[in-house]
Amino acid sequence: MNRSFVAKNPSVLIFLACLAVFTLVVTILSEGFGIGVVSTSFVKTLGKTLCLCLIAVAMDLIWGFVGILSLGHFAFFGLGGYMIGMWLMYERTRLIVVESLSQSDIPPTAAEVTDAIGNQIFGVVGASEFPLIWVFADSLVLQLALVVLVPGLLALVFGWLAFRSRVTGVYLSILTQAMTLALALYLFQNDSGLRGNNGLSGLQNLPGVTASQDQVSLWFLWASAAALGAGYVLAAWLVWGKFGSVIRGIRDNEARVRFLGYSVESYKLAVFTLTACIAAIAGALYYPQAGIINPAEVAPIASIYLAVWVAIGGRGRLYGAVIGAAFVSLLSTWFTGGQAPDIPLGFYTIKWVDWWLVLLGVSFVLVTLFAPKGIGGLFDLITARRSPDRHGADLGPDDGALREQEAGR
Amino acid sequence: MKRLFALAIGLLLAQVLAAGMAAAQADGIQPVLQAHKDTITKSSRKTIGPAIDAIAASGVVQAKDVLEAWVAKDMWLRKSDGLFFRGEKVEGKTYRLFDFDSGGAVGVFPKSELKQLKPNSGVRALIATALVRFQLNAADAGKRHDALTSIARDPDAAHLEPLRASIAGEPDAELKATKERLERLLTIRFDADEAARLAAIGAMSGDLGVDVRAALNPLVVTTRNAAKELPEGANIAAQLSPGQDGFSRQDSYALLVAVGLALAPPTAGEIRNALNDNISGGRVGGVPVAQLSDPDARLVAYDALAASGLVLARIRDQQIDDILAAHVFFDLYADPSPTVTKAASQALDEISLKVGLNQTLDLTLDALSLASIYFLAAIGLAITFGVMGVINMAHGEFIMMGAYTGYVVQQVIPDHTVSIIVAIPLAFAVTFAAGVAMERLVIRWLYARPLETLLATFGISIALQQLAKNIFGTQARPLTAPGWLDGAWVLNDVVSISYIRIAIFVLALIFLTLFLYIMKRTRLGLETRAVTQNPKMAASMGINPDKVNMLTFGLGSGIAGIAGVAIGLFAKVTSELGSDYIVQSFMTVVVGGVGNIWGTLAGAAMIGFLQKGIEWMNPSNTLAAQTYMIVFIIIFIQFRPRGIIALKGRAAGD
Amino acid sequence: MSTLLEVSGVSVTFDGFRAINNLSFRIGEAELRAVIGPNGAGKTTFMDIVTGKTRPDEGRVLWGDKSQSLLKMSEARIAQAGIGRKFQKPTVFEDQTVQENLLMALKKPRSWLSVLGYRPVASDLARVEELAAEIGLVEALSRKSGELSHGQKQWLEIGMLLAQEPRLLLVDEPAAGMTPTEREHTTDILVRAAQTRAVVVVEHDMEFVRRLNCKVTVLHEGAVLAEGSLDHVTANQDVIDVYLGR
Repeated sequence: MNRSFVAKNPSVLIFLACLAVFTLVVTILSEGFGIGVVSTSFVKTLGKTLCLCLIAVAMDLIWGFVGILSLGHFAFFGLGGYMIGMWLMYERTRLIVVESLSQSDIPPTAAEVTDAIGNQIFGVVGASEFPLIWVFADSLVLQLALVVLVPGLLALVFGWLAFRSRVTGVYLSILTQAMTLALALYLFQNDSGLRGNNGLSGLQNLPGVTASQDQVSLWFLWASAAALGAGYVLAAWLVWGKFGSVIRGIRDNEARVRFLGYSVESYKLAVFTLTACIAAIAGALYYPQAGIINPAEVAPIASIYLAVWVAIGGRGRLYGAVIGAAFVSLLSTWFTGGQAPDIPLGFYTIKWVDWWLVLLGVSFVLVTLFAPKGIGGLFDLITARRSPDRHGADLGPDDGALREQEAGR
Repeated sequence: MKRLFALAIGLLLAQVLAAGMAAAQADGIQPVLQAHKDTITKSSRKTIGPAIDAIAASGVVQAKDVLEAWVAKDMWLRKSDGLFFRGEKVEGKTYRLFDFDSGGAVGVFPKSELKQLKPNSGVRALIATALVRFQLNAADAGKRHDALTSIARDPDAAHLEPLRASIAGEPDAELKATKERLERLLTIRFDADEAARLAAIGAMSGDLGVDVRAALNPLVVTTRNAAKELPEGANIAAQLSPGQDGFSRQDSYALLVAVGLALAPPTAGEIRNALNDNISGGRVGGVPVAQLSDPDARLVAYDALAASGLVLARIRDQQIDDILAAHVFFDLYADPSPTVTKAASQALDEISLKVGLNQTLDLTLDALSLASIYFLAAIGLAITFGVMGVINMAHGEFIMMGAYTGYVVQQVIPDHTVSIIVAIPLAFAVTFAAGVAMERLVIRWLYARPLETLLATFGISIALQQLAKNIFGTQARPLTAPGWLDGAWVLNDVVSISYIRIAIFVLALIFLTLFLYIMKRTRLGLETRAVTQNPKMAASMGINPDKVNMLTFGLGSGIAGIAGVAIGLFAKVTSELGSDYIVQSFMTVVVGGVGNIWGTLAGAAMIGFLQKGIEWMNPSNTLAAQTYMIVFIIIFIQFRPRGIIALKGRAAGD
Repeated sequence: MSTLLEVSGVSVTFDGFRAINNLSFRIGEAELRAVIGPNGAGKTTFMDIVTGKTRPDEGRVLWGDKSQSLLKMSEARIAQAGIGRKFQKPTVFEDQTVQENLLMALKKPRSWLSVLGYRPVASDLARVEELAAEIGLVEALSRKSGELSHGQKQWLEIGMLLAQEPRLLLVDEPAAGMTPTEREHTTDILVRAAQTRAVVVVEHDMEFVRRLNCKVTVLHEGAVLAEGSLDHVTANQDVIDVYLGR
């Protein structure tokens, strides 16, 4: 079975090979274990980019293959980050507190330690009590489980409600956007229990680990690469067999799949929840590299950018999503980081820090209009894949159906 | 009590002094000042009272001038003879002095020969109180009004008598009513006569004014207290027993500690410090230090220390029970008179019912105004999304463009009224043009692809937002409403609504009418409806769908621009203005039901009322209100996926 | 002949328009039935009700030996119970190969978990081959169905219906846009299918109905106007009035 999977999907092997080579090269060039050409902060940027690629794979799965344009997947990404962030922050604060309390002669009681941690963590929002949602924060294992469980449950409940009432197309997109907006607004409150707009910080320090950031950054790069590889293989496996056939059917013509006797809702729910979990894992790997998470990360705009990455990379092909996310987010870092050279026009100097978003917006419109296949379409030039000649007709009646140019013969 | 006593003394003193001053009247104010020279020059809040009272009660016409000069730090003492004058700076360090009594200039003196009297803020407050008497009877109505305002802001027992005295002579009917009202409020708070207070309370009950509640509330405020036995004759609201009615044993003991009737039990921190101080040889009270991470072990060690007399003993539960049993706990009214507190609480009950009703009305007005804002923001979207099925994520940016157009117009035309009148059509023109350009260049290629339209218009949205940032900067720009829109329509102290909000409500009504007119009565409306329902059929009947789509989209965008001007009047104009409204606008359209203006209206009303309602239940937290509202909407969509007013049947499409 | 589907007293209203008006209809096992009627007679809405797409305002729809009500069931459950539907416009999954289309339609467990673990075995592939042969698409098995001609898509959809092995087949205007030879082939497929199951064909084309040679139900304004052999109903004065205008 697996043999035929790999045999029918050579792109998976190519992708895994590229990923492995990339990881190896970065490791060799890094400061932590290699010759020090690539700075640690850039290693972190690359690691974070891998996480963004992973959530882009999830997004492509739900949008490119099931046809649901979710504008809320960063909610799951952020929740994953919050879940791991809670443990990181709790454990690190605990170590500091225990260290400082041990300065005095009398050993501290458990209650004193907890109070001191609470004070440290929640002082910024004028509280010192641990909210209920932190009850598992002292256990890495439970908190790791929550990374998947909390976003998964949210996706399950939300998806069940939305799919059950047959909300589709743009309505569903707006509803997912509302979901992430509600979550962001909730997290912004000081009494949300997650430090309001301060968010969780200091996440780059692994409690109890003495290794330098140079090395830790590489560990995370490897973990991110492994997660991306695993997520890619899983996604490719899902869209390959009969399951893939059914979900692509749902994308192009939902009603037909329903009349074939498939419960469309349960398929959508399964993929929606699965992609939420993938997004959460990506988030849990991303935020320890970013060092800080706050509610702004969950704002609706982030999820729309995600859709933009996938669209620029080329939806409906997994490598397209990865390329789009990596390309746009790295380019964005380059432009907004001030590294891009300004263009003096004599009367006006174009500063890319100011003009990058204009460029991105305009080029995205151009991609949507003139190159629906996105960057992934370039590969068709090599593989000589051609689009069908359908005189402009889409491949199905549904909003999420593939467009003529997006399909292959 | 103390206050009344002081008042009585003050009055007594004033009378005695007044008797003495009658003789001095003929000599003018200077002798009075001289009589209190020491206290005046010393100028201390504690001792200055008699001097001020003497001046105020002197009956000399110039007393007011003296007090005014004094409080303005214009009173000078001539060192050579110790006389007081009003001084005016001439130049450099010389001052021209004026005699208080004659008003004439005495001459110019260098500063070195003079001493300026600089009353501190406490003294100035006392002088101001004394001045009130004069101001209440001032010839200028404006001054009388100011005096009343200052009394209302900072009422004091001393104001009561002069206020009463001034009522009879008040010529202005409106001011007289204000004086009478203020007199009653002061009576309620300060009068010594119980009957007068009851009468005043009776007269004010049912009044909605915040000041009335401010006068009545202190009367019914209770303080929790404890004593060995109930105090005689005290106005007690309720007696409490520890461990009942939410008054726990801990609370009651803490109360005893607070009033000094019991010793505070050592806190966990104090126990820890005590242990820390008494470590000897790795042990505290016989317990090894290493075991002290256990709270029980700490107590054992502390008790051992207490037994050897090193620290105060902990207070045991049994002791606490005994101490609690030996005391009574009660809530005490601040006011000593039971009849007054009873009348006050009755009056407050009556008022609070009325206030409740009026608050509901106020909330309704608030909700209505919020609903009209959402309606304004969403109506353009209802056209493009509802009628044409086009998701325009840049709709919010059109609102922003409208607001910035208003701002730019105000930079050119300084007159606010004219600039708004110019800005509204201009904003329409600008966003109409932008909408048509966007439709021609982007949207018409994507009509069958709503999801791609959503993303492409999002691309335009971020580009426009960043452009606005590059042009206008990140800080908020003001869009000032014309003067006649300032202020609010005040029905009473509870119910009020600002004119801007009324204007926006009216604007929303105008748009509703306009929209209905265009859709039902004009050729464009007819063609739009035809194209919406069946583009191919419409085209075959000679309607140009391209043109209709373009104009409809332009219309929707243009209305967004006007909404932008309206929203800019009360919100800050920033590049993020639009994105603040976009999600709510979509919600409004979706909740209301697509393709129907009444649906949009219903959606806006529902979201507006819902948000205000939730905010009212949890007023401190507007973020939470928005969160719950969105969650509610998500659930609402479950039950009415097509919105409040839905198209039914096959025409609705599946 | 036992009753497979019984529709009785069904009415449905769209915004005041009565699309179906107290309609009663029954069909037995292994019966071929043609439903004809002018535009707006409620033919498609009738199919929507049976397949669960539209909920009627009143009436009963009973199915099978146990007289199960279909009104409470979802479209997917109704399809699983054995009712297959072919739409007016050919609707196949155009981005997928003919083989994938047929494999998806094969009667197999439909839950997402079992589909996830499903891999086609030799017998499944053989069945697909057999179906393709019946609808004349053996050569096209590995082609994307989007490239097929209009008639081929119609056949593919019928093939998918057969692959479902339904007990009742609802076919909406199968011959629309077909050449005469293609029509003949379609007739053969339908008549053969009706030997083992019930088939309801909605059609405009009298010639096509005549070739089916079966009992005919005439719908008009959401109710049954006449029922019987084609010759019988075409002789009916009401039917003539409706078709030729009053």
